[in-house]
Amino acid sequence: MTLEVIGISVLWLFLFGYIIVASIDFGAGFFSAYSHWANKQHILHRIIQRYLSPVWEVTNVFLVFFFVGIVGFFPKTAYYYGSILLVPASISIILLAIRGSYYAFHTYGGTERNWYLIAYGLTGLFIPASLSIVLTISEGGFVEAGASGVALDYGKLFASPLSWSIVLLSVTSVLYISAVFLTYYADEAKDERARALLRRYALLWSGPTMLSALLIIYQLRYHNPEHYANLWNVAWMLVISFLFFVITVWLLWRQRQFGWAFIALLFQYAFAFYAYGISHYPYLLYPYLTIYDGFTNETMAMALIVAFIAGLLLLIPSLYLLMRLFLFNKAYVKGKWEGGKG
Amino acid sequence: MREYDSVWLSRVLTELTLTFHIIYATIGVGIPLMIAIAQWIGIRKHDMHYILLARRWTRGFVITVAVGVVTGTAIGLQLSLLWPNFMQLAGQVISLPLFMETFAFFFEAIFLGIYLYTWDRFENQKKHLLLLIPVAIGSSASAMFITMVNAFMNTPQGFELKNGELINIDPIAAMFNPAMPTKVAHVLATAYMTSAFVLASIAAWHLWKGNRHVYHRKALHLTMKTALIFSVASALVGDLSGKFLTEYQPEKLAAAEWHFETSSHAPLILFGALQEDGEVKYALEIPYALSILAHNHPAAVVTGLNEVPEDERPPLYIHYLFDVMVTIGVFLMVVAAAYWLGSIFRWKWTAKKWFFGLLVAGGPLAMAAIEAGWYLAEVGRQPWILRGYMKTAEGATSSAHVDTMLVLFCLLYMVLVIASATVLIRMFRRNPVERELAERANNGEVAP
Repeated sequence: MTLEVIGISVLWLFLFGYIIVASIDFGAGFFSAYSHWANKQHILHRIIQRYLSPVWEVTNVFLVFFFVGIVGFFPKTAYYYGSILLVPASISIILLAIRGSYYAFHTYGGTERNWYLIAYGLTGLFIPASLSIVLTISEGGFVEAGASGVALDYGKLFASPLSWSIVLLSVTSVLYISAVFLTYYADEAKDERARALLRRYALLWSGPTMLSALLIIYQLRYHNPEHYANLWNVAWMLVISFLFFVITVWLLWRQRQFGWAFIALLFQYAFAFYAYGISHYPYLLYPYLTIYDGFTNETMAMALIVAFIAGLLLLIPSLYLLMRLFLFNKAYVKGKWEGGKG
Repeated sequence: MREYDSVWLSRVLTELTLTFHIIYATIGVGIPLMIAIAQWIGIRKHDMHYILLARRWTRGFVITVAVGVVTGTAIGLQLSLLWPNFMQLAGQVISLPLFMETFAFFFEAIFLGIYLYTWDRFENQKKHLLLLIPVAIGSSASAMFITMVNAFMNTPQGFELKNGELINIDPIAAMFNPAMPTKVAHVLATAYMTSAFVLASIAAWHLWKGNRHVYHRKALHLTMKTALIFSVASALVGDLSGKFLTEYQPEKLAAAEWHFETSSHAPLILFGALQEDGEVKYALEIPYALSILAHNHPAAVVTGLNEVPEDERPPLYIHYLFDVMVTIGVFLMVVAAAYWLGSIFRWKWTAKKWFFGLLVAGGPLAMAAIEAGWYLAEVGRQPWILRGYMKTAEGATSSAHVDTMLVLFCLLYMVLVIASATVLIRMFRRNPVERELAERANNGEVAP
């Protein structure tokens, strides 16, 4: 394995981590807002709050990790993506900023406002949509690189069916991943009404995620034939991913083993995400930038990898502690220490 | 008339984000330490007042951390969005501390989440206090790593430039560049100092209003003593920074001091106005002080700005930024010393209403000094973004949309600053100290 491949694999792992934890967070926000609107707040609110409260800050860090890491390993991405993404990334930052700070204002400061809850729910869908544009752009065809710099063709981007399919997948996935996780979480909390409702949401959104994923593969054939052809080389990963999808849905349907249902979902997304990533290789941005010509020097790469391993040795025990105290702490999940905060 | 090009707009947007972020970042670095001190004293003395201080500070702290996180994410991304050419070049050498900063912050975030939700979960309060240590270490380490990157922009090293390619890259040498020690020390000391003054302002505010509750007196005493210690530390490090600049960035010191001709026995110029012909009027001159600041010797020779090529000189208005920073720093140190001596010798005037008024102003003043100091550091590096290698104009994006983004971020920051202030004020008004103390006393907690 070359350093380039190690670098991108590590970053891809962080992006995967972000997609999972952020999806849970975004989806929870949406369900929370929706249930308020549909007068089902009493069912979902507590369970969602209890999960979100101690972990919201951690979610954001995964994203920061990814973009700091990619500029570290592949400094040329700063030039290409930095120039192109000014507008879409700024919009994402603003949405993230509003969402993150208002969550804290609300939870710790006690701000009770309806419009806040609506904004919180909607940003949960807009943020993944705006972030997913980066994946669309990476497929090439929307960027012009010349002597004066690189520029993004917004007209083409917004007219492309591919970009809308990717937006669709990101939004449905957020709802699906979140619903499956929260079903499991509600089950742990022995909150049967919340579990039943969330299970329905999970089943409801399972189909649309699969359809939008198929739509993307179909459109990729015309938009980026090279990527499409490479995708066939890893078709076996997509098949495995699909099998895990079937397992999740089946377990949810039979109302048992919600924990395993979520784990199967993790594998489903991991296989699909890595299949996508591997078939994208070696390009970071079609056709301008590959991981090889964008790579940093060997010394820096080694330094980053060492720092990364040292960092993980510090973080994994800390994350384990966080999970033991909250996420997987039976007493906490069931609502003991509700008033524990300061 | 200045042309509103993308370089200029990128500078304004970066300045805006940093101006705003630094408020929350400074508080974020300093307050965990203050909370830890208060909780530690509370546990040792079995004094619920200090424990309550720690609890209340933590509640406010979370709000500022939230805004700090989102503005930090903004500046992290804006580095690449607004300065893609700079990041492409510098990223090859200085990514390591940027990467480690993320780890440090991750560490802090995890433990802050745990600390916040476990006040009543441990029988032994000391265990709970232990959870705060990683928070304090994480936030200070974040500040250290990010300041290393900034120091690198001032004194880049750890690479060689050959035919436009970077070779012989040494990330460790880049991290431990000459500007690093003084810069990191100054950033940390002033962050602790400013946080202490901000918290002292709150206590002083209650005393100024006539609420003489012992809770506020204890809070003021604790914060002012800490503020004094870190004011002195900041001043000492500031002096070392002067010596560092003399050796590595003489143009920054010369521009900040309006020191044009290289000379010995150089005086330190404070305030004043620069005339068209380069003459300085109405200034306060402290004889030999610049020579002492630069070399620790009253007769030492200090390089003047005229030695520097004209297109590499920083703008001269940074002199006023220096004035603001130093004046406030010295003033606050004197006020803190007066408070401390007053409490020892039981002076009457340091317990008067007008003196509390001064202390109320201390927090905002300290924050103004932080802003002035960062403007001085950043504008004083101009025209360079990477001193000696890349000019700011070469580092910026060529995108045509920076102006719209500037407007959007202006709105965002306005909303955030107003909202965070309102939330904080309301949070503490709704739950006054007296009521909370009464509730806790009923639960059997004691205050000696």
